[in-house]
Amino acid sequence: MGEILSEYDVLGAFWVTIQLSVLSAIGSLLIGTVMAVLRVSPVAVLRLIGTSYVNIVRNTPLTLLMAFSVLGLSFILGLQLSDQATTNSYWWAVIMLSIYHGAFVCEALRSGVNTIPPGQAEAARAMGLTFGQSLSQVLLPQAFRGAIAPLGSTLIALIKNTTVAAVILGTAEAAGQLAEITENEGASLPTFFLFALGFVILTLPLGILFTNLSQRLSVKR
Amino acid sequence: MSEPLVVMDGVNKHFGDLHVLKDIDLTVGKGEVVILIGPSGSGKSTLCRTINRLENFESGSITIDGVELPEEGKELAALRADVGMVFQSFNLFAHKTILQNVTLGPIKVRKMGKADAEKKAMDLLERVGIAHQAQKYPAQLSGGQQQRVAIARSLAMDPKVMLFDEPTSALDPEMINEVLDVMVELAHSGMTMIVVTHEMGFARKVANRVVFLSDGEIVEQAPPDEFFTNPTTDRCKEFLSKILTH
Repeated sequence: MGEILSEYDVLGAFWVTIQLSVLSAIGSLLIGTVMAVLRVSPVAVLRLIGTSYVNIVRNTPLTLLMAFSVLGLSFILGLQLSDQATTNSYWWAVIMLSIYHGAFVCEALRSGVNTIPPGQAEAARAMGLTFGQSLSQVLLPQAFRGAIAPLGSTLIALIKNTTVAAVILGTAEAAGQLAEITENEGASLPTFFLFALGFVILTLPLGILFTNLSQRLSVKR
Repeated sequence: MSEPLVVMDGVNKHFGDLHVLKDIDLTVGKGEVVILIGPSGSGKSTLCRTINRLENFESGSITIDGVELPEEGKELAALRADVGMVFQSFNLFAHKTILQNVTLGPIKVRKMGKADAEKKAMDLLERVGIAHQAQKYPAQLSGGQQQRVAIARSLAMDPKVMLFDEPTSALDPEMINEVLDVMVELAHSGMTMIVVTHEMGFARKVANRVVFLSDGEIVEQAPPDEFFTNPTTDRCKEFLSKILTH
């Protein structure tokens, strides 16, 4: 075990996993919020865009999105995000993780919007708030607070799904690193448990934190 | 009548096949208190909600202070700011404190400074008797207190007219009076009010006019004394005989 840790940059690989998680979490929150707004908007075309996005992205395997980004968009269509192949793959991984989880964030937020009594939106409109003001002042703050538990689940899923990025990132993040070690040193249970432990350390405290937050921040009705 | 403030002219609305508002003509003057009564399903709440276009209508026109109600958008939002609305279910913003509920409109819509808005809000909360609860959240207040806050929230916008959609129907009996007291005080202060209610005592006390709706039509309208003692239509007599016997 000691020589594996000294020969391979396990911590570095987990650091990349953390970077992918944080960047994609931000990206998916932004995309998911925009899509959720589209899905609750009064304009039918915008709702259709939001619904289509969720249904297409949510039903596409993440592995496929990853492969498509580098093989389809980058190699065939020439959409290079960087001259360096590794950096290019890194940012494509962030984008695809964001796009994919954005659909789940959108649905979590929409479930949050559904926790708000319809009268709140009416009261906001009746006092002269515009649609944008109603969203930012009344609906979204309550939607986020009502959606903390499902948002937490999405974030945990996102952290574990960063492993799918191994298909385009090679050995840079944790899952790719594990595959490399297994390839070179042979399969070993301790190595496997080491990596599993790494993910438990990343996700378990988050789960506890989000459960706690969802109780503390819930809107009393 | 005083100068007309709210004018409804030939307003029609359907819910599917149901014709809920049939050629409604109604003019409410400045400072007038108009009570809408009628059996459930008569369209009185719908009528109230069309006045600020929370319910859309198909034909006819509604003007408020000479301005015709625009389509949904920024202009409509601006006009709604001048029309206060109090709901049956209070609809206070659950994630904001009482004070924030009352200051939100003045700050965001009227672009008032925070300090001014808070001072004004505290005066209004004082007026409805909730000032000492300003830092609490809506869920911590009783129904009657929440409804008084909702009235203060509407008043904070300096509305030209206030709409009340069954403001006491969701309240326990013992809390109805504290809300009606605020509304009586408001009526005496000269506010133009359109009130959908089943509180006949309140109607007798403050209404300038009682409008009786049945099946989406205005069947009868008269000052309260005349209306309650001397109804002219059979539909109205039947309704009053049912509600005034107990």
